[in-house]
Amino acid sequence: MKPLFRPRGPTKDHPLLRWSLTLVALGFIGLFLVLPLATVFTEALGEGWQVALDAIKDPEAQSAIRLTLLAAGIAVPLNAVFGIAASWAVAKFDFWGKGFLVTLIDLPFSVSPVVSGLVYVLLFGLQGWFGDYLRAHDIKIIFALPGIVLATIFVTFPFVARELIPLMVDQGRDEEEAAVSLGAGGFATFWRVTLPNIKWGLLYGVLLCNARAMGEFGAVSVVSGHIRGLTDTMPLQIEALYNDYHYSAAFAVATLLALLALVTLALKSILEWRFADEIAAVHHR
Amino acid sequence: MSLLIEKVQKRFGDFEALRGVSLEVPDGAFLALLGPSGSGKTTLLRILGGLEHADLGHVAFAGLDWLTLPARDRRAGFVFQQYALFKHMTVAKNIAFGLEVRPSRNRPTRAEIKRRVEELLSLVQLEGLGKRYPSQLSGGQRQRVALARALAIEPRMLLLDEPFGALDAKVRKELRGWLLALHKRLGLTTVFVTHDQEEALELGDLVAVMNEGRIEQIASPAVLRSKPATPFVAEFLESVAQPPPPRPSNVVALH
Repeated sequence: MKPLFRPRGPTKDHPLLRWSLTLVALGFIGLFLVLPLATVFTEALGEGWQVALDAIKDPEAQSAIRLTLLAAGIAVPLNAVFGIAASWAVAKFDFWGKGFLVTLIDLPFSVSPVVSGLVYVLLFGLQGWFGDYLRAHDIKIIFALPGIVLATIFVTFPFVARELIPLMVDQGRDEEEAAVSLGAGGFATFWRVTLPNIKWGLLYGVLLCNARAMGEFGAVSVVSGHIRGLTDTMPLQIEALYNDYHYSAAFAVATLLALLALVTLALKSILEWRFADEIAAVHHR
Repeated sequence: MSLLIEKVQKRFGDFEALRGVSLEVPDGAFLALLGPSGSGKTTLLRILGGLEHADLGHVAFAGLDWLTLPARDRRAGFVFQQYALFKHMTVAKNIAFGLEVRPSRNRPTRAEIKRRVEELLSLVQLEGLGKRYPSQLSGGQRQRVALARALAIEPRMLLLDEPFGALDAKVRKELRGWLLALHKRLGLTTVFVTHDQEEALELGDLVAVMNEGRIEQIASPAVLRSKPATPFVAEFLESVAQPPPPRPSNVVALH
């Protein structure tokens, strides 16, 4: 005879509850992640491949792509170095004002990007604090590449450090102390012990940082000046095209931006799959 | 030649970890630093290893002004309480680390390093485990890898921080005997920290009992047992002071 109730394990919930929670989760993912992404791709191809390709081949779009890659290419490595240095200092040393430094690192997350862009205009603009000096020495920061890079660095500053600080605090100083007692110098200790222990966190932070650096709109919008074909990055170019009713073109460039992000995610997954054993060895004690 | 520690002081903020510690032990001694937590024993060990700076005081060892030597030049083989093995390296790489980071002019060749690693693996009875990662070893095995790694640099002295603290009672007993034998064989001046009276008295040929940043007494286990210098020492050693009386053979043990 079949039992009236099928016995459940003590940690198993009612099937109805499990199914409804799963459905809710899938529904959210579909509605807020998959659907928008799919829309970007379908809209881009709405008027056919040729229109989308032409939009990307357009000299202004090409310049935007180059500028975006260049700005990210400068900002991300610098932020990786800053992030490692900051988290190294926070995790491995005790000093006065450490809590303040950690709060300061979070600042770009809490300040609106538009405000941070404005700050750079106030500092480096022609009417700004350093305006006279910059004009006298013929240095252009605002409405030029340096301003865009500065704004990008500011906005994406926390990504690497935020990723590494908890990791490095958790790992403590033991392995570094062991390395030093075995005769390793500062550089050897960092290169052979510290870096291998944080490399996966670092990679993740760099990828997030890169995605945000390429996608940043607000702060860059304020400092760039929107000179088409010169200081428009991809997000700015997308907005400009959209405002001019070039929907397909706008979505075509948006597709490219989304693809860049997807490629970085795919890279991360491939690396994680390729080095699964090593990651397991490092993270299980 | 001996290990001479003179009036070493160390303070962390308001906390006086060491209030002028002096001692002298002969070369090749097996010195136990015994005391409750907060007595300063680990701080003293870390100062000897160069992982902490003394505020005041001198240490002379191996004809060197020991405290002025940077940690990396001391060749003090330090075995950490939690072993601090490099998690991302194999056992063999861990042991080879101290040799591989040497400046190229006195770094052994690849083949020589490999040979030394094999030799050390067999010394700590871990033959064939060189390719494993630390996460794939038991606690006792990790402990011996840590020891092999410290021995690889041909240390001038060996420093052990609670070497058996993280191990269960059975493994602890085995390793104790093994470590004692190893010390006899190598003759390295060894300092180890413990809060376990029994361990200190069994292993150390000299035991320094520490309390509140001072050494209460330093003596051989036999002298400590028979003539404790202060009430603190007597009390701290009380639990193991008297060897249990031999059991009369005609009484049946109930437990």
